[in-house]
Amino acid sequence: MVPLWWYIVLGVALFVIGAAGVLLRRNILVVLMSLELLLNSVNVNFIAFGHYYDDYRGQIFAIFVIAITAAEVAVALGILVALARNKSTLKVDEVSMMKG
Amino acid sequence: MDQGFFLLFAAASVVAALTLVLARNPVHSALALMACFLQISAIFVLLEAPLLAVIQIFVYVGAIMVLFLFVIMMIDVREAVLQRFLPGSNLPVLVLLVLLGVEMLVLVLRSDRFSVAEPVAMRTGGEVRQLSTTLFADYLLPFEVASIILLAALVGAIVLARKEPR
Repeated sequence: MVPLWWYIVLGVALFVIGAAGVLLRRNILVVLMSLELLLNSVNVNFIAFGHYYDDYRGQIFAIFVIAITAAEVAVALGILVALARNKSTLKVDEVSMMKG
Repeated sequence: MDQGFFLLFAAASVVAALTLVLARNPVHSALALMACFLQISAIFVLLEAPLLAVIQIFVYVGAIMVLFLFVIMMIDVREAVLQRFLPGSNLPVLVLLVLLGVEMLVLVLRSDRFSVAEPVAMRTGGEVRQLSTTLFADYLLPFEVASIILLAALVGAIVLARKEPR
């Protein structure tokens, strides 16, 4: 049987890698994909805890996380398409028009 | 047996995640993320959550990643390939990430709360039935709110991606 902390360590590894992608990459598309990875590492934790403490709420929260992620991706990609059409750039550091 | 499968899937998912962050081409990143999601859904099967594994494959691999690939296809990504990382010094960010990882690892490994080796009670079949009973009885209001959020996101995405009327 796999101990619980193995799953937690997997979640930590995926979270740190995803955070590196969000903070370091220059392409907005890759930043969004890393964000998906962050949310998924949290899902691993939810389901692992739900399984080991025999509680269905872990799986239910994971379902909600997946639903909200789908909404977030739809809106984010809509914004991205509008951005690419108006500013014709996909670099994070060149999109600074809201910086006061 | 279980441990071997877990190590296999976990190693594959971490390698795929590293490929996602390090790949030059966004298409390669998207494919690596797809592989990572497949490994994570295998881990969900190991955790005896088959419904979540199927939802993971349908929603993430089937819908979200195909949406990403469509957007990559629509937008010309060649100019963004040249430089992978943000210009300037990335040292503070790396230090922050290492601190974050070390902090979480120390918290997990030092605490006895995470050392549960066996599930508290073994399940006795009918998991999906019990899960859906909990979802549609105790969590009905959040479920409806989630569906309204999805509807609002649908409308918002259509409005955002539409061409401005001249």
